[in-house]
Amino acid sequence: MFLQIKEVTKRFEDQQEGSFEVFSGVDLKIEKNQFVSILGPSGCGKSTLLSMVAGLESITEGTIFLGDEKVTQPDTDRGMVFQQPALFPWLSVTDNVIFPLKGKLAKDERKKVAAKHLKMVHLTRFKDSYPHELSGGMQQRVAIARALAMDPKVLLMDEPFGALDEQTRHILHDELMKIFEETKKTILFVTHSIQEAIKLSDRVIVMGTRPGRIIADFSVDIERPRQRDDLRVIEMEKEIMSLLKVEINKVLKEELDHEAKHTY
Amino acid sequence: MKPSILIKRILFIVVVIGIWQAVYMSGYFPEIQFPSPIRVFNSLIEGFADGTLIKALIASFKHLLIGLTLAITFGTLLGVLFGKSRQADETAGMYLIAMQSIPSIVWVPLAIMLIGLNETAVIFVVVLGGTFVMALNVRTAVHSVPPQFIKAARTMGSKGLDLFFKVEVPASLPYFMTGIRLAWAFSWRALMAGELLSNGPGLGYSLRYAMDFAVMEQVIGIIIIVGVVGSIVDQMIFSKLEKKVMKRWGLIK
Repeated sequence: MFLQIKEVTKRFEDQQEGSFEVFSGVDLKIEKNQFVSILGPSGCGKSTLLSMVAGLESITEGTIFLGDEKVTQPDTDRGMVFQQPALFPWLSVTDNVIFPLKGKLAKDERKKVAAKHLKMVHLTRFKDSYPHELSGGMQQRVAIARALAMDPKVLLMDEPFGALDEQTRHILHDELMKIFEETKKTILFVTHSIQEAIKLSDRVIVMGTRPGRIIADFSVDIERPRQRDDLRVIEMEKEIMSLLKVEINKVLKEELDHEAKHTY
Repeated sequence: MKPSILIKRILFIVVVIGIWQAVYMSGYFPEIQFPSPIRVFNSLIEGFADGTLIKALIASFKHLLIGLTLAITFGTLLGVLFGKSRQADETAGMYLIAMQSIPSIVWVPLAIMLIGLNETAVIFVVVLGGTFVMALNVRTAVHSVPPQFIKAARTMGSKGLDLFFKVEVPASLPYFMTGIRLAWAFSWRALMAGELLSNGPGLGYSLRYAMDFAVMEQVIGIIIIVGVVGSIVDQMIFSKLEKKVMKRWGLIK
């Protein structure tokens, strides 16, 4: 198995409120060259899980394996794209993409790799621009190019299109699909949008909350490009929606109870 | 700058000088206390022509340059220490603000008694004037590095010193620039305080000398120079640099 998440638990220790368990015993196996989405309501720990794969969050219990290697810290075998582009404003677009390649490749080689990936996201024209001169969607494309330039084994994406407007999001969906087909990277994609997950993924993992856990695992066997009005898409959307409704209601009820307890 | 703004500004200064001339002509103040604008202007020309003001300016800039360089260096070191180490910040961070709130003129007697009535004492006051404000801003600069920059850099394999120099240092440049601009402004004030009580050379010393000999036109002339030099250096160098960095960093449009 390519990426293995084994009995993983995340607990935050808080001195005042005691410990808080985000999720426990999460088991997940992901195959190579697959596009896998993790879908769930806020608070289910999906982003935390992704950060643990990236090595940015510590693992309280359990292990994560990428190939034969145990994940202990961040490294270039896992590229990550965040909700915020997090481009370095003091570097040009090209130099941003080159950043992870410093000390790994020769100078001309780095330039070539950067050019190739900027072409992939259709930003060759802006290679000498600075991040503040680009729109949010363009910045996010640079961030994708930057993550791919270091040729990671897996691309981690944490709600990468969450801060963009609808039109831009659709354009970037199409671009990401093209990139996925071209590079055949393994992609782990966190989102709270059911439509986005079904549109893009080979497989959708649904997480529930309180406690965080995996509640369903769908294979999306619908040929791409997927249309929103495809009956199979609508059917799957409904099914996931009803699953999530239970989870969202749980959160709402808890909040209302809390409110009732504290209102006189 | 738009021509209309320039015209407004010129008009304003013309009006101010006009009022000055009118008060002078009313004869309300004795001439030794209240010279005419022309006399002040002439005394400035004279001062530049015979080289006394130029010598004083060069001496002042020498004190400032040495003092500010040291202040920026010490301030940066202190700021990084307090920004990076919570231990240090909890122990002494508070006193940084206390030190910053001491007006620089207060250090002058101490400097003179400790070092003597010489240029080193002036430089000492300038250093104290700039160091703490620099340290406070560098501490803020270190704290204000966006966490997503650090996270992103770590996923690209950067850590330790590489992360510090390639990401944290450039990311904190905007606040660092603000620190330098403020350090300059505070040092400039400290310089005048120090020189005023020193025995020269320097602009502050020339000012005190003019006062001792009751040459009011020179007193006013030097005050004007101090104001003009201060605003030119701020506008032409430090504000410009700061704005440029802010724009590139996407902090202002």
